Amino acid sequence: MANINVKLKIWRQKNEKDAGKFDVYDLKGVSTDSSFLEMMDVLNEQIIQGGGEPVAFDHDCREGICGACSMFINGRAHGPDTAVTTCQLHMRSFSDGETITVEPWRSSGFPVIKDLMVDRAAFDQILQEGGFVSINTGGVPDANAIPIPKDDADASFDAATCIGCGACVATCKNGSAMLFVSAKVSQLALLPQGRVEASRRAKAMVAKMDELGFGSCTNTGACEVECPKEISIANIARLNREFLGANIKS
Amino acid sequence: MVLDAKIPKGPLAEKWSKYKASQNLVNPANKRKLDIIVVGTGLAGASAAASFGELGFNVKAFCYQDSPRRAHSIAAQGGINAAKNYPNDGDTVYRLFYDTIKGGDYRSREANVYRLAEVSNSIIDQCVAQGVPFAREYGGLLDNRSFGGALVSRTFYARGQTGQQLLLGAYGALNRQIKAGKVKMYTRSEMMDVVLVDGRARGIVTRNMVTGAVESHFGHAVVLATGGYGNVFFLSTNAMGSNVSAAWKAYKRGALFANPCYVQIHPTCIPVHGEFQSKLTLMSESLRNDGRIWVPKKKEDAAAIREGRLKGSEIKEDDRDYYLERRYPAFGNLVPRDVASRAAKERCDAGFGVGKTGLAVFLDFKDSINRLGEDAIRARYGNLFQMYEKITDHNPYKTPMMIYPAIHYTMGGIWVDYELQTTIKGLFAAGEANFSDHGANRLGASALMQGLADGYFVLPYTIQNYLADQINVPRIPTDHPAFKQAEEDVKAFINRLKSVNGKQSVDHFHKILGHYVWDFIGMARDKQGLESVIGKIRALKAEFWKDVRIPGEVKGLNTELEKANRVADFFELAELMAHDALEREESCGGHFRTEFQTPEGEAKRDDANFMYVAAWEYKGDNQTPQVHKEPLNYEYIEVKARNYK
Repeated sequence: MANINVKLKIWRQKNEKDAGKFDVYDLKGVSTDSSFLEMMDVLNEQIIQGGGEPVAFDHDCREGICGACSMFINGRAHGPDTAVTTCQLHMRSFSDGETITVEPWRSSGFPVIKDLMVDRAAFDQILQEGGFVSINTGGVPDANAIPIPKDDADASFDAATCIGCGACVATCKNGSAMLFVSAKVSQLALLPQGRVEASRRAKAMVAKMDELGFGSCTNTGACEVECPKEISIANIARLNREFLGANIKS
Repeated sequence: MVLDAKIPKGPLAEKWSKYKASQNLVNPANKRKLDIIVVGTGLAGASAAASFGELGFNVKAFCYQDSPRRAHSIAAQGGINAAKNYPNDGDTVYRLFYDTIKGGDYRSREANVYRLAEVSNSIIDQCVAQGVPFAREYGGLLDNRSFGGALVSRTFYARGQTGQQLLLGAYGALNRQIKAGKVKMYTRSEMMDVVLVDGRARGIVTRNMVTGAVESHFGHAVVLATGGYGNVFFLSTNAMGSNVSAAWKAYKRGALFANPCYVQIHPTCIPVHGEFQSKLTLMSESLRNDGRIWVPKKKEDAAAIREGRLKGSEIKEDDRDYYLERRYPAFGNLVPRDVASRAAKERCDAGFGVGKTGLAVFLDFKDSINRLGEDAIRARYGNLFQMYEKITDHNPYKTPMMIYPAIHYTMGGIWVDYELQTTIKGLFAAGEANFSDHGANRLGASALMQGLADGYFVLPYTIQNYLADQINVPRIPTDHPAFKQAEEDVKAFINRLKSVNGKQSVDHFHKILGHYVWDFIGMARDKQGLESVIGKIRALKAEFWKDVRIPGEVKGLNTELEKANRVADFFELAELMAHDALEREESCGGHFRTEFQTPEGEAKRDDANFMYVAAWEYKGDNQTPQVHKEPLNYEYIEVKARNYK
């Protein structure tokens, strides 16, 4: 463990309409064992003690699973480490004296609410179009009634680990939500339970994604690199297949 | 006040079927006339809201997160229990029921727990049908594993992310009802009060966390599925936003709060590293299936490890004390959480702890890796090992993990009867927010089971029994004086917080409170400490109301204001926990009074005098609350000393 001093260049924006700007803060004696968000806590404590308003940012579980945290750090979604969310990023990834630039997700699909906090309701809206299996509570078959090949179940699981953080959108130069959409489409399409509605689901979710202003996918693969859950762009290929199939049928 | 749990008559195994056969139902046309409010969208809330919507009720669901998918159920790692007996290893509904009652140290209701075990199988069916990708065998069928404290393999799991997958399943069901127009979802909304009209819960007041607007919402019934209160400790495995406020407002409006001193300290968390730490991370107790817990036998070795002169991996086999295997040969490393936690504390307090602070023990996978190979261990726990390495910078494949107990779950909560109704008519509580099923200690993989049982399979029935005679109650407009008064109270409370205008941040007070609660109402409690901490908490609360600083505006997004609102309630809850712990002069489950222990240091219950639920009634600010006792009668289980030796 060591302590480092850092200079923080942080995006401050009062509300959606405000133009916003970078403010610069010096923070001394940051433990390298701290997580990035713990460092932000210390900064906020310093700001409050100085009579200012703390930096607003989304965070909740702080163990990499809820998907709330969403910072663009030194030009990368969730910062320099791979396969982690911002809350799992630790200060040992930074060096003494470093300037760290922190911005919110920037995408027309995710308007800024305040400072580093953005509105990701669009993700919920996309899933409301079909990101589920249309069954009611009760009256379902026994859990072991339908055997599922382990490889399919595992592939479905890999897609299902999406935490809906939005790093893929924030990273994509087109602001595309294809990795997010494809993860849900794949998870369900790979299982017999979800196969029944696979075409309908793909069409409805893609239509909603387009309507909400997310951009198109041009296969740069940037989303896959920044995804904290390492969701593969193979899912996008599967989505395209489902989508194409659905449109041929209709 | 006489607490009537409304347990149906008849043999244990028939109670739930008989209840369902004779309860009142609401016909489909009338369901459309009824509104239900659900606060919280974790496993219990999301599953309840979705199920109500499917039945045809109009639902308004609320969460403080930006999306229902982020509720903290998502962080549950290990698994969910069910009495499917797929592995043919002798499980039955009765055995799951028995294990849960015993695990809860005979402080929960037989009828509730039996129902929980009974519906457990339907939960698994439901989740699989939703597309939850549980772990499977090569034959295509579901895989099971054994989990803390169970002799059978009844735990279904989805790698180390079971809670995530179950929640996303419930969230999908909820999304489907939102799309269908049966559920209206309010995100970034904090419940500030529950509104009573003529003694019945008829709605809530919320604060819109983006605009700051204080708003009223009517419902013919209100369900609180708002989780537990572990964050009273400041450092816990809960999400940063997890709070007691919704439950607390209900308590202040007349709902009784049961067994607040029953909190679960989870044995396998990553140890505290420093004063700026904001939360603790759990390592799933499934790790105890393959990891062996130990500390050095010699104090000088422990000291050398603490000072960095020696590594755990360098300690010879003969110099290691596998203290759980030594003390509890039958269950070994798989003893229930309360037992494992206390044993770790005992070793560390005696000077055998490792890590820089001495507050850590080893969880070692060396033998399992030698037996099964690194790949097998990676397949089982890969994501957990990775998480551990990211946080600590140590590779657990090479060097033993270090763990220490941390607050994880709260068994206490709002008192509810068999129908999950609180002492306020029309107000229900589900999931971790209620007190009902885990007694004094919760077994692993039971929280997910209870949350989903309440939401999918209990409330959709019992709430109809309440609503059946409410079909002619018109929707009460939110300009009704009861709503207006509640709104004014909320605004006054917010303004009072904001106008303190002191010098210290909310976290400053919360951290001090957390230390008090950990030191005096934590893993070991005694009369003197509990009596003294009540005064300390009151003084700290008074200081908070004199010196807290909340920057920014009341209007608009204000994260410090949100925290202050929650911490204000945590002070009061902490005091109630102390009263409860003081009143319960015995040790049971997660409640360990040092005055009441066996010569071997095990918890010593006093069934003759304390076999009851302690349900507390609010009596006003800084007033001693009043306890009401619901006796626990065990008709089907022989009450014994819990023995894991």
